[in-house]
Amino acid sequence: MTSTVTERTGSAAAPGAGSRRLTERVFRIRESGIIVVFLVFVGVTTAIHPEFLNQQNIQFLLVNTVVYALLALGETMVVISRNVDLSIGSVLGLSAYVSAGLFGPHPGIPIPVVFLVGLGIGLACGMANGLMVALGRVPSLVVTLATLYIIRGIDILIVGGNEVTAQTLPNSFASIPRAGLLGVPYLAIAVAVVVGIGAYYLRSFRSGRELYAIGSNPEAARLAGIPTGRRIFTAFTVSGGIAGVAGVLWAAQYQTIDSTAGTGYELTVISAVVVGGVAIFGGSGSAVGAAVGALLLSSITSALNVLGISQLWLEAISGFLLLVAITLDRVISLRLQAALRRRSAGVGT
Amino acid sequence: MTAGPDGPDADREAGPEDQPPADAQVPVLALRDAAKSFGAVHAVIDGTIELYAGEAHALVGENGAGKSTMVKILAGVHQPDSGELLIDGQPATLHGPAGAQQAGIAVIYQEPTLFPDLSVAENIFMGRQPLAAGRRIDRRKMNAEAAGLFGRLGVRLDPGRISRGLSIADQQIVEIAKALSLDARVIVMDEPTAALSLAEVARLFDVVRTLRAAGAALLFISHRLDEVFEICQRVTVMRDGRHVLTSELAGLTADDLVRAMVGRQIDERPTGQRAAPGELILRVEHLTREGVFTDISLDVRAGEIVALAGLVGSGRSEVARAVFGIDRYDAGRVVMRGRELRRASPTGAMAAGIGFVPEDRRQQGLVMDMSVQQNVALASLGRLRQGGLVRAAAERAFAADWAVRLNLKYGRLIDPVYQLSGGNQQKVVLAKWLGRQPALLIVDEPTRGIDIATKAEVHRLLARLAGEGVAILMISSELPEVLHVGDRILVMREGRLTAGFGHDEATEEKVMAAATGQLQGQAS
Repeated sequence: MTSTVTERTGSAAAPGAGSRRLTERVFRIRESGIIVVFLVFVGVTTAIHPEFLNQQNIQFLLVNTVVYALLALGETMVVISRNVDLSIGSVLGLSAYVSAGLFGPHPGIPIPVVFLVGLGIGLACGMANGLMVALGRVPSLVVTLATLYIIRGIDILIVGGNEVTAQTLPNSFASIPRAGLLGVPYLAIAVAVVVGIGAYYLRSFRSGRELYAIGSNPEAARLAGIPTGRRIFTAFTVSGGIAGVAGVLWAAQYQTIDSTAGTGYELTVISAVVVGGVAIFGGSGSAVGAAVGALLLSSITSALNVLGISQLWLEAISGFLLLVAITLDRVISLRLQAALRRRSAGVGT
Repeated sequence: MTAGPDGPDADREAGPEDQPPADAQVPVLALRDAAKSFGAVHAVIDGTIELYAGEAHALVGENGAGKSTMVKILAGVHQPDSGELLIDGQPATLHGPAGAQQAGIAVIYQEPTLFPDLSVAENIFMGRQPLAAGRRIDRRKMNAEAAGLFGRLGVRLDPGRISRGLSIADQQIVEIAKALSLDARVIVMDEPTAALSLAEVARLFDVVRTLRAAGAALLFISHRLDEVFEICQRVTVMRDGRHVLTSELAGLTADDLVRAMVGRQIDERPTGQRAAPGELILRVEHLTREGVFTDISLDVRAGEIVALAGLVGSGRSEVARAVFGIDRYDAGRVVMRGRELRRASPTGAMAAGIGFVPEDRRQQGLVMDMSVQQNVALASLGRLRQGGLVRAAAERAFAADWAVRLNLKYGRLIDPVYQLSGGNQQKVVLAKWLGRQPALLIVDEPTRGIDIATKAEVHRLLARLAGEGVAILMISSELPEVLHVGDRILVMREGRLTAGFGHDEATEEKVMAAATGQLQGQAS
């Protein structure tokens, strides 16, 4: 460290290259940390039980992750802006039943139309959330907790005692999650691309950066002339739309849809987002990290399966991971803050 | 004193150079007869100000005179209830902060408003980031432009680092760079110097002169009248939300301004009539925190005010925080009335009778959303409790009592504390700790951002407390305050105590010399 300081006093042209490297390193660590944890986990599980990495299991794992990773992208946008969307599980459930239910009365309906219906339902729910949070200035925790119940209630009213069964679904629809190349589902590739685009948008576009700014300091964002309401509205709309599409995918994957579809998904997704390094009070984190968080959580499920450990452990382990992630996050940011402060004290005057 | 073009940077800044302001008679920005109320509180009743290109205009007034509201009207944050706003003589409405920005008005607030998680460069260019192909942000160009701005300001700051952890002085620099990047025609500075060291103030003033020479109109708000006289050409005085006077500064004296601000002459508090210091209250022995401060030893006795002076960043606040147990220390000990305090335990420090009024009252001293009475009672809940519950009536009586004693100006005791002006917020913090009847009171920058009348009030209050036998350790960046209030003055530089003076032997020159290391002062 001392060497960078002296080096810097030499040339004013590259001020503080040292501390930039430091911050960048820590940022990368934040994401690479979760990737390392994931790799170690996979390694250990495979060592105990080589079955874990067979093709079928990988495929199963990826298919399982797709929905969570997609939801995590939308949730990341919301959480980065210092909000939370608790309604995604219910939106997924409603979208899954209504969209896949179209195949019953209209067996020949084109699959893209089904996806559009799911997307539309999601967007409508997301807009409702966004309007209440952005215009009504109601805390998102309250709004989306309410819509979690309202949308689930609507779902239950529509579904009644019925369910969509696998027989009504055309083969071309039901095979979407499984179609793939060399055991890698196309869907997983598509979702990876979407997550990549989302992460790139958040990183490199003004409106994406503005979401970070809003989450980092809402008051400052307002003073900087950022249309905070519009941005937050957009984040919720996107989150809802993604949950709608995820609902259609969920239907294709599970094929039996009743009124409990997607129950509790919101908490799993928020866990994945936080485990993936997105700060729960907004301002930092990335969509890629969140997706890896989702991958980690579903590989834990899968590992428990393979290792023959009761699924009852799953929730306890997820909770434990969440604690570790949040603690790690605090420790890193405190360390970083101290390091930066020491630096500026050394260079300042 | 380096005005105008004195380097390649200044040339670039000035553009078509040394042109006298095209039409000096039409103010760039004017506010006439503006009024703004919040509920029953009339923050501004008759606000009038005219800003001319190439001129620095001072806005001064007491605590609660309406200056901050005026700033927020000019920033587009508040819409005036009545009155008119003119830009280049044309009536205009500022639609929110974005509208003000478009109109070329940049505001540097008293408390920096940065995004702690984002990089310094992003903080400067948020919403206006330079774009590359496909509307994506060109990070390299953004960082380079930020570095260029810092070059013009003559500071070294890494544009790529995140702004969490920046000192307040550096945060201000970022804000100023942002205003520069906006090429603002009007720059409003709401107490920019309150947290700056002397060297930084001098640097800021150089920048202000450069901006002025380039034709910008500046509105400068400060409680330090010497600064007003140093940097401004024109002054507007406000009192109780009303415009009192606007005049060229030449020909006025500080006394004239003070009289206009308060409507009466302020008498300075007599010092030195107190009894000799009593028993030893606080003893700090060889306190060291690696990289922050080294080998700090000091005593504070009952009835004594010890002032800790030094530049911003010299480690004064950090010592105070270590004594109170907020931060850890690596070596040494803190002894309170003969008993050693546990490290890093604010609870222990409180139990031992220490009260701590922190530097940053909004972040550390107050719960901004809670009411006045709740904030006052916060540190004394133990005494206001009955059967495990805090009785609202007791809380209210307690707070009302302190409000009278400290001459607090407020709407209702149940109003949230953020509605109060800065000076009154500081009084709330003081009341909170005084309610515990501390044996030792540590006050960090007790009058930062507070107007002259309230400042004198706070000084009187500190003296009165010392007279009642409280030991006081005061940290201050303002030399006059240090010299005026301190019975003993200790000076820190780069984490070490470099000098100690008695009240009578201390002079501005001696303290500055010890603080800057220009010559070794008489070591204690």
